[in-house]
Amino acid sequence: MQINETSEISKFKPVIVAFCCNWCSYAGADLAGNNRLNYPADVKIIRLPCSCRVNPMFILRAFQKGADGVIICGCHPGDCHYTTGNYYARRRMTILFSMLDYLGIDRGRTRVEWVSAAEGAKFAATMNDFAETVIKLGPNKRLGDLRCRK
Amino acid sequence: MQEIMKQRASVLLQEGKVDRVLGWQAGVFVYDITPSVFTNAEDLDHGFVYNDFCGNNLSKYLVKESRKEGIIAVFLKPCDTYSFNQLIKENRILRDKVYVIGIECGGKADIEKIKADGIRGVTGITGEDDTYIVDTIYGSTQVSKSRVLLERCMNCKSKKHVVYDELIGDDGEVQVTDRFDMVEKLEKMSADERFEFWRGELSRCIRCNACRNVCPACTCEKCVFDNDDSGVAGKASADTFEENMYHIIRAFHVAGRCTDCGECSRVCPQNIPLHLLNRKGIKDINEYFGAFQAGEDCEAISPMTAFTKEDVEPGTLHTKGGN
Amino acid sequence: MQKIGVFVCHCGTNIAGTVDVTAVAEALKSEPGVVISTDYPYMCSESGQNIIINAIREHNLTGAVICSCSPRMHEVTFRKTATAAGLNPYMLEIANIREQCSWIHKDMPTATAKAIVLGKAAIAKVNLNVPLIAGESPVTKRALVIGGGIAGIQTALDIAEAGFEVDIVEKSPTIGGKMAQMDKTFPTLDCAACILTPKMVEAAQHENIKIYSYSEVAEVKGFVGNFTVKIKKKARYVKENICTGCGACMEKCPQKKVSNEFNLGMNNRSAIYIPFAQAVPKVATIDPDYCTMLKSGKCGICAKVCTANAIDYTQQDEYIEEKYGAIVAATGYNPISLENYDEFAYSQSRDVVTSLEYERILNAAGPTDGKLVRPSDGIHPHTIVFIQCVGSRDTSGCGKQYCSKVCCMYTAKHAMLTREKYPDTDVYVFYIDVRTPGKNFDEFYRRAVEDYDVHYIKGMVGKVAPDANGKLMVQASDLISNEQLHITADMVVLATAIEPDKSARSLATMLTASMDTNDFFTEAHAKLRPVESPTAGIFLSGMCQGPKDIPETVSQAGAAAVKVIGLLAKNKLTCNPCVAHSDEQLCNGCSSCEKVCPYGAITYIDKEFKRPDRTIAVRRVASVNAAVCQGCGACTVTCPSGAMDLDGFSNRQIMAEVDAICR
Repeated sequence: MQINETSEISKFKPVIVAFCCNWCSYAGADLAGNNRLNYPADVKIIRLPCSCRVNPMFILRAFQKGADGVIICGCHPGDCHYTTGNYYARRRMTILFSMLDYLGIDRGRTRVEWVSAAEGAKFAATMNDFAETVIKLGPNKRLGDLRCRK
Repeated sequence: MQEIMKQRASVLLQEGKVDRVLGWQAGVFVYDITPSVFTNAEDLDHGFVYNDFCGNNLSKYLVKESRKEGIIAVFLKPCDTYSFNQLIKENRILRDKVYVIGIECGGKADIEKIKADGIRGVTGITGEDDTYIVDTIYGSTQVSKSRVLLERCMNCKSKKHVVYDELIGDDGEVQVTDRFDMVEKLEKMSADERFEFWRGELSRCIRCNACRNVCPACTCEKCVFDNDDSGVAGKASADTFEENMYHIIRAFHVAGRCTDCGECSRVCPQNIPLHLLNRKGIKDINEYFGAFQAGEDCEAISPMTAFTKEDVEPGTLHTKGGN
Repeated sequence: MQKIGVFVCHCGTNIAGTVDVTAVAEALKSEPGVVISTDYPYMCSESGQNIIINAIREHNLTGAVICSCSPRMHEVTFRKTATAAGLNPYMLEIANIREQCSWIHKDMPTATAKAIVLGKAAIAKVNLNVPLIAGESPVTKRALVIGGGIAGIQTALDIAEAGFEVDIVEKSPTIGGKMAQMDKTFPTLDCAACILTPKMVEAAQHENIKIYSYSEVAEVKGFVGNFTVKIKKKARYVKENICTGCGACMEKCPQKKVSNEFNLGMNNRSAIYIPFAQAVPKVATIDPDYCTMLKSGKCGICAKVCTANAIDYTQQDEYIEEKYGAIVAATGYNPISLENYDEFAYSQSRDVVTSLEYERILNAAGPTDGKLVRPSDGIHPHTIVFIQCVGSRDTSGCGKQYCSKVCCMYTAKHAMLTREKYPDTDVYVFYIDVRTPGKNFDEFYRRAVEDYDVHYIKGMVGKVAPDANGKLMVQASDLISNEQLHITADMVVLATAIEPDKSARSLATMLTASMDTNDFFTEAHAKLRPVESPTAGIFLSGMCQGPKDIPETVSQAGAAAVKVIGLLAKNKLTCNPCVAHSDEQLCNGCSSCEKVCPYGAITYIDKEFKRPDRTIAVRRVASVNAAVCQGCGACTVTCPSGAMDLDGFSNRQIMAEVDAICR
């Protein structure tokens, strides 16, 4: 479902950080732009060489500084430009997300999505869906840092 | 048992088979146990102590000790041998500089629990089957082990020594335990309940770093929390986020390497049940990537540095209950 | 403190249309480290680049941020600009405010606010950039072409002519591919074999080309300029260098009931076979699934009649390892299988054939010796219906969504050839559109309609049903006259969609080359870099990259060859300097990093360190080979202490970006 940003009824504008791998998902994001697809401006993308570069410290940092949702995008398993990077990312994020959930952090605030360079539509759809999920969850309080509140 | 071990260590020193012995020493009180290195038979005779308060896992000290001149002998309980193996695997301990003596263990006592049971003035402890005979200045009392065992000894996972050069006593079996029960209980709670639980626990953390300092997996030359270039450097937790962050990152870093020795919970001055966090990591790894016991096999590859093409997706979390 | 210049590009109205670029430049002026912030219509143009160069020189800038299109587009361009101005090219970052901002968001305030945030993130990162010097790696001057069809052959010939050695690996016993199965080629109607076979022979005889036929790529390791490939030479049970191709073995082989793949199963061949008369290499191959000798140890007739003594029943698969600097994927295509198209009765009637099968029927060397007869009863057909777009342009999910490009032309070709040779045969073509964009293509099709009286009907065929008399009842609709048609046909030819060869997907994984969901190899840029894969050192030639006809294939093959030649002509390649490095003061030698490195770039050394008390400690520390490291960063996360970090994407840089975004 696409969010029509000019008639956004919710007052809450989430901060969403998307870590995208240079070879597939970042290119997929570019393709979404080429095709003039829409997704919320709340999503800001950080380019990394590979999804395996995502350190749990970055995800925690994002939440600390005010992010309400963090999504990691990479190549489909099996298609990693560096052959094995996303396999490790997959395992790491499984353990990290489970641990965050164990501590009571909302499950919907983190996600991993595999998007290829040809999947512009999937990228946009994913961002729309993720933003919707995060908006429903509301602002991140549990992993926020009071000193970083605006 | 103490005498047997003392004897053996003395003989090894005198024969010149080892140059130093890593064991335990008592402090002011018999339950104030510190790991200690003995360089001659005399010091050994005076200072060496082994009793059911010796919960300390000696393997971590070998990281420094095995790099000194000469061979060092060490007494390792079954759980300690797993940590030892893990450290060998990570090239932290030089195996040929260490002489491992495996010792039997029936569980170790928690002085805090003994005190909470009303027993004061403890001067000694002896274990027999499932009771302890606690000597105090007021006389001796018996107390059931299940009341006063260290948290980790309540679910002892293995009486088997996975590495040793010689054994004192018999080798044991890997145990069937319910060590994941509490973890499961927490998993079944709602997210709100879990958040309350962990806030209740982690808010008491004073960043004394005892857990990090005692943990055999935390042997980094420079810890990420001391590394200015890491971005998370810090000496204290300034707010709730940092209280959480320290423990999440530490738990993540030891995932796949934690041998569940239980030292972190034992040494925490605030009695935070850290083992519940690390056991969650172990349980998840067992469930998602296949049963794995860190330290069991030197050659085994940690699941966090391996993968299969058919691994579960992180989204599998959404299929679990407890939300 | 850095001295950073911010350059915001309008990109005409691409960015400026939805982002207030002046406001962005103004807002970023006050960011830490920024000394100059300006905007310009086309930053990538020569004048735009001069603005950057002048600013760098005038203000002694130590870093630059370009707010523009995607770095995947112009990072290389702007890095060159920085170098020209005397600034280290890695002191430059790009904020993507076009593909990921102005083209996504329609509301100007929203898009402008986001562009400012993205600019701040880039500035925060550049503040922590350090100059990086790219290392060098050698280049193996040898190319590998995977696939021996016209695309692979042409690429190999062009590379070989430039003086470089090239190997062709082809999985079937002969090179030639699909073009060898064709009869005539549009739009000139020359004989396919006549134009292909000289190239096949040239490839075989060229001193720089080595052909591995009946072989497959088993493993690929390495990176651009330094690939190591394991090739599996499948056992032919015939000694390739001795066999003279005389064909005596084929004649005498008692097992003659093997479905002949070259004729798409429309006739049979023997268990020992040469695929077709002009095969290159002209060497027999024994099919181990049907050879009586190989299966049960009884027979051996071919060995007896072979005068050259070339048969060897004990031959094993052979593995060869070779080093290459560049690899070209030219794996070609196949018609799709028709299991989802039961309505056309392909499996029910032998007289319903695919276009490739029809091509074989028309071919003089085909199963009917070039006579147009029905496969079922050998009778000459008087009415033939051609159905276009079977499986192409299909949004129902049964077939392919794309247009297969070649079918309109080859159907017109088939129609014309049929009408020319058999003026008594009526030909109907049911089409949705007729696509004839190439040179002389539309004229070709018009001849079919006007000179050869082919009945082109705009409409879809709903059903083909064989009747009791062996005829085919074709039920179709004519969309222009708006009526239902019922045609009794003797043969129906289906213009089947094409799809990439099945081996392409596993090959793509081996090469780490991207593929789209249709299994076509993706190009680095759809318009500007159509023959290169995003993976450096891998190039694309022919149908494996997308549907195309023979003239386009040969063009693209030449283009791929030129790219390969450009690569092999270099003596050294500049490596990517964004590689991992381990801080030996922090490293504890735990060896976790080595386990996750896909390239084996990490080793360990025992190093001496001075302790505070002046004694020496020997510690095992990690060491990264910068020439082998490709900069994925897996090791940086496995390292718990953060001793391992990635140049260009360091922990602090990424955290700075996160901070700027979440502020």
